[in-house]
Amino acid sequence: MSVMEGRTTSALLYLDGVHVSFDGFHAINNLSLTLEPGEMRAIIGPNGAGKTTMMDIITGKTKPDEGTVLFDGMTDLTRLDETRIAELGIGRKFQKPTVFESQTIEDNLLLALNVDHSVRGTLFWRGNGAEAERIDRVLETIRLTNARNRLAGSLSHGQKQWLEIGMLLAQDPKLLLVDEPVAGMTDVETHQTAELLKEINKEKTVMVVEHDMTFVRELGVKVTCLHEGTVLAEGTIDQVSSNERVIEVYLGR
Amino acid sequence: MTPHVLTRSLDRSATIFILIVAGLGVLIPLSNLLLPAGSALQVPTYLVALFGKYACYAILALSIDLIWGYCGILSLGHGAFFALGGYAMGMYLMRQIGSRGVYGNPILPDFMVFLNYPKLPWYWHGFDMFWFAALMVLLVPGLLAFCFGWLAFRSRVTGVYLSIITQAMTYALLLAFFRNDFGFGGNNGLTDFKDILGFNVQADGTRAALFALSCLALILTFLICRAVVTSKLGKVLIAIRDAESRTRFLGYRVESYKLFVFTLSACMAGVAGALYVPQVGIINPSEFAPGNSIEAVIWVAVGGRGTLVGAALGAVVVNYAKTFFTSGPLAPYWLFMLGALFILVTLLLPKGIIGTFNAWRESRKATEAANAESAALEDGVGEPKPAE
Repeated sequence: MSVMEGRTTSALLYLDGVHVSFDGFHAINNLSLTLEPGEMRAIIGPNGAGKTTMMDIITGKTKPDEGTVLFDGMTDLTRLDETRIAELGIGRKFQKPTVFESQTIEDNLLLALNVDHSVRGTLFWRGNGAEAERIDRVLETIRLTNARNRLAGSLSHGQKQWLEIGMLLAQDPKLLLVDEPVAGMTDVETHQTAELLKEINKEKTVMVVEHDMTFVRELGVKVTCLHEGTVLAEGTIDQVSSNERVIEVYLGR
Repeated sequence: MTPHVLTRSLDRSATIFILIVAGLGVLIPLSNLLLPAGSALQVPTYLVALFGKYACYAILALSIDLIWGYCGILSLGHGAFFALGGYAMGMYLMRQIGSRGVYGNPILPDFMVFLNYPKLPWYWHGFDMFWFAALMVLLVPGLLAFCFGWLAFRSRVTGVYLSIITQAMTYALLLAFFRNDFGFGGNNGLTDFKDILGFNVQADGTRAALFALSCLALILTFLICRAVVTSKLGKVLIAIRDAESRTRFLGYRVESYKLFVFTLSACMAGVAGALYVPQVGIINPSEFAPGNSIEAVIWVAVGGRGTLVGAALGAVVVNYAKTFFTSGPLAPYWLFMLGALFILVTLLLPKGIIGTFNAWRESRKATEAANAESAALEDGVGEPKPAE
């Protein structure tokens, strides 16, 4: 249904000529972008540049008016809904940390595991060792092992950000879309988050949207700057940050 | 479902709840039937019927709590499923009257003779058999909820919009059932019941048995709700309630979950209605009135949304208050009191009776634990706290 005839690109994520407008406002304007498997990409750009809208399009929340969005070279994402896209292996962390506040940290991760998500499967679910082990591993990675039985709502802002990244890990996607992971974090936490994302990138493809230039520099990956819904500049952090237009619209003189 | 699933994680409040309901379900009928009338401990028959009504309301409250308290679906039309279950049972009871009706027609119920029906409408066939009626009690509300939910949840109608269309649904049914040519007795509904399974519905023994059955149904409904909310599915429901789109992005098909729990809840409401009708002796279109559904939501809010025991307790407490006040000089003001109750609970006890009690108990436990910890540290015997 959504699988195209043969593979036309080696990219894991392929956006070409994407347009979206909301009531005449062009949020995304002829946006083209590719992500190779195993790559980590940082996306920067001023407010309203279309960064979050782009993630909405990739995850099926918003349907583009025009353009191609291919995952793994074969699957047309514009025809699928959020659930189907998540099942394909695209995980998303929201700008505002969104965890299940009235449930424990362990349950948050349990819900995120990519196991049977059907009504029947969850109704008759019984825990097993393999799942518990995976949860333990994620808890260790995000350093919340001691807090596993606490309610997620009682975590600090930074810890919630980490829990949400942990939920992404439990989901075990091929592609992680991470929206502003270090907003509201201390310098130490920001540094730790950069290390964590680099660790994750060893196995997975990652797209990070972030405003914090120190953090982006620390990631040390290819940077794309969006402006008015289209790509303004792309390259290393040094190339992009010395680009005249980028300085003008985003970094400031 | 295996018994294991049903008895899983029965915590203390759940066990107490079941013991109380089971105890009342046995003791009240025994006292009514065995003790001499007029004795201080004898429960009079009118009270047995009244308590039976409360038990049915408690089942309805549980069904609402399952979708509202745990999945965030605020249905303001759940009375419709209750009434449909009631009508299915009422149709069986009508067919049992047979030729004992005023007009003595062996097939047609009185209102059909009166309205010159030539023959029994097709949808009345089969209701002379109890098993068929019992099946319809589950199937009709379940099917309506399934179709309604399929359309609403797939189109992602949520929040207040969903509440409004559920109100519209019950109101539409109210108008339809009021019509004489709809075939359900119009304004007067179905009444003058004689027998249920061959027993006289007016007899003390039948009333006591119906009360005991209502208690049993309440316990079963409670156990099913409990099995659902303590399963992993229950965690998914709470996730949907708290952050629906997050749940979707984790790969859960939210509409399937909502549809499942909404349909299950409607079936439970149908059972409540079916047990209600033989105990009150009548079912008419006023059961579809939007106000009834809203009142049922208030019971849940008062008792404690998201706590199953609270929902059942709320139904009994509010209805007891209703019985108490509407039979006294304050009767004309009952609706004002109900409205005030809802406002007060929302402002002062947003978690309801049980929810507030649980929060108080937990905070006390936390304080005790903290005190014990600091005492241990002062004694110098406490382990150094691991860094978090």
